[in-house]
Amino acid sequence: MDVTLHVWRQKNAKAKGAMEVIEGKDISEHSSFLEMLDTVNETLLSKGQEPIAFDHDCREGICGACSLVINGEPHGPEYGTTTCQLHMRSFKNGQHIFIEPWRAKAFPVIRDLVVDREAFDRIQQAGGFVSVNVGSPQDANCLPIAKQDADKAFDAAVCIGCGACVAACKNASPMLFVAAKVSQLALLPQGQPERESRVLAMVDQMKKEGFGNCSNQYECEAACPKEISVEHIARMNREYLRASFLEEAPKAGHGGD
Amino acid sequence: MILDSKVPSGDLADKWEDHKFHMKLINPANRRKHDIIVIGSGLAGASAAATLGGLGYNVSCFCFQDSPRRAHSIAAQGGINAAKNYQGDGDSVHRLFYDTIKGGDFRAREANVHRLAEVSRNIIDQCVAQGVPFARDYGGLLDNRSFGGAQVSRTFYARGQTGQQLLLGAYSALNREISRGTVKMYSRKEMLEIVLVDGKARGVIIRDLVTGEITTHSGDAVIMATGGYGNVFYLSTNAKGCNVTASWRAHKKGAGFANPCYTQIHPTCIPVSGDYQSKLTLMSESLRNDGRVWVPSKKGDTRSAFEIPEAERDYYLERKYPSYGNLAPRDIASRSAKEACDAGLGVGPGGLGVYLDFADAIKRVGEDGIKKKYGNLFHMYQKITAENPYKAPMRIYPAVHYTMGGLWVDYNLMSNIPGLFVLGEANFSDHGANRLGASALMQGLADGYFVVPFTLANYIASEKLNKVKTTDAPFTEAANAVKERTQKFLSIKGGRSVDSFHKELGQVMWDKCGMARDKAGLEAAIVKIPKLREEFWQNVKVLGENENLNQSLERAGRVADFLEFGELMCQDALHREESCGGHFRSEHQTEDGEAKRNDEQFCYVGVWEHKGDGKKAELNKEPLEFTDVKLATRSYK
Repeated sequence: MDVTLHVWRQKNAKAKGAMEVIEGKDISEHSSFLEMLDTVNETLLSKGQEPIAFDHDCREGICGACSLVINGEPHGPEYGTTTCQLHMRSFKNGQHIFIEPWRAKAFPVIRDLVVDREAFDRIQQAGGFVSVNVGSPQDANCLPIAKQDADKAFDAAVCIGCGACVAACKNASPMLFVAAKVSQLALLPQGQPERESRVLAMVDQMKKEGFGNCSNQYECEAACPKEISVEHIARMNREYLRASFLEEAPKAGHGGD
Repeated sequence: MILDSKVPSGDLADKWEDHKFHMKLINPANRRKHDIIVIGSGLAGASAAATLGGLGYNVSCFCFQDSPRRAHSIAAQGGINAAKNYQGDGDSVHRLFYDTIKGGDFRAREANVHRLAEVSRNIIDQCVAQGVPFARDYGGLLDNRSFGGAQVSRTFYARGQTGQQLLLGAYSALNREISRGTVKMYSRKEMLEIVLVDGKARGVIIRDLVTGEITTHSGDAVIMATGGYGNVFYLSTNAKGCNVTASWRAHKKGAGFANPCYTQIHPTCIPVSGDYQSKLTLMSESLRNDGRVWVPSKKGDTRSAFEIPEAERDYYLERKYPSYGNLAPRDIASRSAKEACDAGLGVGPGGLGVYLDFADAIKRVGEDGIKKKYGNLFHMYQKITAENPYKAPMRIYPAVHYTMGGLWVDYNLMSNIPGLFVLGEANFSDHGANRLGASALMQGLADGYFVVPFTLANYIASEKLNKVKTTDAPFTEAANAVKERTQKFLSIKGGRSVDSFHKELGQVMWDKCGMARDKAGLEAAIVKIPKLREEFWQNVKVLGENENLNQSLERAGRVADFLEFGELMCQDALHREESCGGHFRSEHQTEDGEAKRNDEQFCYVGVWEHKGDGKKAELNKEPLEFTDVKLATRSYK
């Protein structure tokens, strides 16, 4: 099949970008979207033009590296699918396909379709963990966790950190991403000791990074390749409110006795 | 090359405990004075960086991905083994040890494997403490399943994405240390050279993939946890970015490369569909708990799976290996699939596929039951093939998955270069000639959480390490070499893309050094690869410049190293005149087509020493001594 691509090209963070029209010829409908871009890149290269830069790695929908807003939809038209698992059979011969990077102030473009998502790492560093040293924790089965709680925590833990929720949101809000971690750890006994400080710190960092807030339109849930539910945002809001009442200002450390 | 395995004396079961007691420590206040460099942020790298940071060392961690959370450990599906015996089915440390040694076809180092089995139990405790959501039963306790090469249920899992959950656990531990300031994380940075001072590993040269800037970093030790080299085949289940560069650069600076020919071909992957294909997708081994592998018993049977009656199907694994059945180890299951397809019994386009059929399991537990266990895998299969595996059997074929070979390390996980530690898939030590399913995650985390923190302290406390500056000659020379090489790629301006060379190399490797190898084929590859390499250096086409993100330039460096490494791999496969585990030499097989080991001559680790560009690498041997297990012919019948 043949397709006409309209691709965002931008040399680096400082350069001005523009949409460029590139023809994709003789594409197999069984190839993945990224394999289509590989084919197009080989053609560009043979003509002495620089290939389109895009992030990708595992190509099996789990690493979260791939991105792309395809015809206005993060990760393209298929539900619950990352771009790397999207196949050309979802498109028609002769179709025009618009490919843009994630758009958000907190995700600056590095080149073409590649954006900088380190803001996500910094949000996790603010509190997305259980403070436990490596050593000799108690036997794993000393901490039974009801299956329904474990399953619910798991539903949040599947987040791949791709950023589609931000790209889908008119406010560029990462609430689904932040909520996935807050919710996972709030549901598990291991997360309880830092339950309040975690949600406050992560939301605080989210604001510092320049992301927007949630206005409950659930575009993020529709775009999420892992089908994470906005229920987790509701839980995070409850956690945040609860923590705001409970959390005391952190005390200064002291040297012990 | 001196290969001292440094295996402690004493009883096998006591070695690690004794060794831990005898190793030197560094007091908490002094640890922050030591800079440690960690390359890679997968299970081994992230767990090592987090643990060392937690202990108080000053750690710098580098990864080429845009975030440490994307390292390819994330894609591991099925599970992680641990000798917990929660199911009460007779598991023990000794049994896990024995299964791993036997699974590796008696080509791993006994003491390392025993230690792995011992610490396996701590890993599960540690991960649960971090909040890793393992699968649980209705009583709230941890659930297990079975994996190949074992007759007990010792595999802990998190649906079909155990690697993801374990890596995110290690990533969260890493994040905690980053927030405490003990670890500094560098993403989109690629290690392109290791720096030796007075023969010891003291630093690395890093290229910033966004700006092209070359920076130098010094430390008291370098830990490489840079994964395997499966992408030498171009098509593999590895992520696109996986590469041999860090290992290969260290090898060229003197680190021994052990058993490069030991590669694992995973039996259950989605078959290749066309020449546009960029990677292969694994379908977890756990599926063989419920799926039955079969091919039509008659050649040229073009009927659909439904139309072939039971009596005309050959469930060949159940037939050939009745006691393990569909859970025969990976190397055996892969070779059996190849045999069936070579005999013209394969299914699907090109006849390169066998069925993995869930019809019986669905009859037993219903579609919902199967969905609960393997939902995401079935979903993935459907996405890729546009076929519904709940209705028709999956079609699968073996694909390159894991590499057991790697940089040689001693019992302390240190290479023959003092101060260079190698962890996880990047080293060679624990899996012998074939890795059992769910053991890679175990090894990565064992190395990072529970082994290297002790052995690294011992090294630093025992060695006199002079101060080094990144302005010293060894650093500036190495940095200049990296800059020159980068400019070289850009200046060739030839006519062929990096990928076209990579694909051609991959085809040679798959044809001549894949599931079955023979002398003539390997010799042909050893002639062909240098020619291809020569052409690469004259005719590769890399556009753009160093100073912007340049993905072709990144790949050029990796493919250039694969073009050297591939030759060594064939050389190793050629010299090893036996079949063992994943290394199958057609000349060496039993009458019924099983691997025929030659313990008289090949019961050793083959360690290659770089002798200079264009010169033949030299073989060194570390003899393998078995004190607790008896060398036996591996049988799963």
